[in-house]
Amino acid sequence: MEAHAAHSPAAPRSRSLRLPGVGVGLGRGVVVLWLSVIVLLPLAALLDKSLSEGLGHFWDQVSSPQAKRALELVLVSSLIVVAINAVFGTIVAWLLVRDNFPGKSIVNAIIDLPFALPTIVASLILIQLWGKHSPLGIDIALTRAAIVVALCFVTLPFVVRAVQPLLIELDRDMEEAAASLGAGGLTTFRRIIFPNLLPGLAAGVALAFARALGEYGSVLLFAGGKPDTQVASIFIGQQIETGNEVGAAAVSIVLLAMALACLFVITLIQRWGSRHERGSSK
Amino acid sequence: MTGSTSGRWGLRVLGLGYIALLLVAPLVLLFYKTFEEGLAPPFEAITSADGLHALKLTLLTVAIAVPLNTVFGVLCSLLLVRHKWRGNWLVDAALNLPFAISPVVIGLSLFLLYGKQGWFEPGLAEAGIKVLFSTPGIVLACIFVSVPFVVRETVPVLQEIGTEQEQAAETLGAGPWQTFWRVTLPAIRWGVAYGVVLCTARVLGEFGAVSVVSGNISGETQTLPLFVEKNYENFNLPGAFGAAVLLALLALAVLMAMNLLKRKEAA
Repeated sequence: MEAHAAHSPAAPRSRSLRLPGVGVGLGRGVVVLWLSVIVLLPLAALLDKSLSEGLGHFWDQVSSPQAKRALELVLVSSLIVVAINAVFGTIVAWLLVRDNFPGKSIVNAIIDLPFALPTIVASLILIQLWGKHSPLGIDIALTRAAIVVALCFVTLPFVVRAVQPLLIELDRDMEEAAASLGAGGLTTFRRIIFPNLLPGLAAGVALAFARALGEYGSVLLFAGGKPDTQVASIFIGQQIETGNEVGAAAVSIVLLAMALACLFVITLIQRWGSRHERGSSK
Repeated sequence: MTGSTSGRWGLRVLGLGYIALLLVAPLVLLFYKTFEEGLAPPFEAITSADGLHALKLTLLTVAIAVPLNTVFGVLCSLLLVRHKWRGNWLVDAALNLPFAISPVVIGLSLFLLYGKQGWFEPGLAEAGIKVLFSTPGIVLACIFVSVPFVVRETVPVLQEIGTEQEQAAETLGAGPWQTFWRVTLPAIRWGVAYGVVLCTARVLGEFGAVSVVSGNISGETQTLPLFVEKNYENFNLPGAFGAAVLLALLALAVLMAMNLLKRKEAA
């Protein structure tokens, strides 16, 4: 496989190759094989395992009180988190695009910290400010609030980076026109800015939601694995440790289905967004 | 929105306060706590046999997973952008999966494929290859989680540069290889580099997927993120904090690289 991969950059340049189709075909073969072995085959094994003792058993595993509680907990937490980040992410994006303050470029760079920082380190740093030895005196470690804070941390950049480019492109004439017609700041935001940001914000929120649903490392040390702070991914981890592979696989499939539904929504939003853009540019 | 000064200050307090409490203060505190009693304790923890082994294993994983996913990423991007194919939407969908799936679920799926009673187990056992609880499993997990990064960053750049220059090169008699190395690759290099940086960061820090397939054995199958977790759970705080600071420094280097590349790309 490695040998193939090393040769293949040549393959796609075959528009004018003397043997049309051969190079592209080889490249395509490598890509499909790589994705199959790396991604699809393991997932097929997961699906197979989840159903290995029948649909009835699958349902029992997924609807057990602990599994249901873990799935509900991560769903509710993720909804709260994307709501918080939709508001604060938009504010931060606005500050980065429209405001000027010293250190702005550093703030702009630090937004990506959650993308760059390993999740287990995220868990550890959040404990420093929000845990037992908090200098603020606020100890939320090992509670459900910790789940929300951890998920806010990992998903912030998704929202900011989705809204930022739309704000940059936003035509200021419209806002000035609204203001000159007597619209206040809030009205201008509600009627002019917000509708234009909506496609990006919605896509960012959906991405953040998908990420929050599966988040593991940042929650692990900070929120812990007590029964009432156990999100779905932690529940799956514990089921693997106790040897209940079928149960772990079944809950995994449900979690996977929720995330895929989320991605599907993102695709719809992007189509809607690009149509919106084409419509308005005419 | 531009008119009211108090509104502007209100937004600044909210936005910057949020970032301070969520990102900056926790990170600063980690550095403070780590070096509270000097440089020695964290330094000794990282340079212990287990710490060094974890560092080496992490770097080895990066050295294998990142080049493979880079070559795959460039190839895949070229195919997706330059060659219409009915199967492209499927490739695209498969590329979305690693971002949508929980790391633990990725670990579990590899665990089930390569573990005992897994589909590959009979063949692997016969050949004497151990995937699970050893380096190959860790590498596979890291490749899985980081597959889409280079593709996602390269595709938009390829779309933007168009095909005019490539066609000109071909008209002037350049072969496909020559066109790729001399025209296409230089035009997309910053996009590719950005993807490589993101891919490296993810592989360096991957925790969930690796924790399921590696077994987390100190000095054997423990990467740096696993080293952080195990030391924290065993109340060996200098070890946990030392390795966490090392990873955080690498993350800051990644952030700087991202920023630099974004500027290059914009220029």
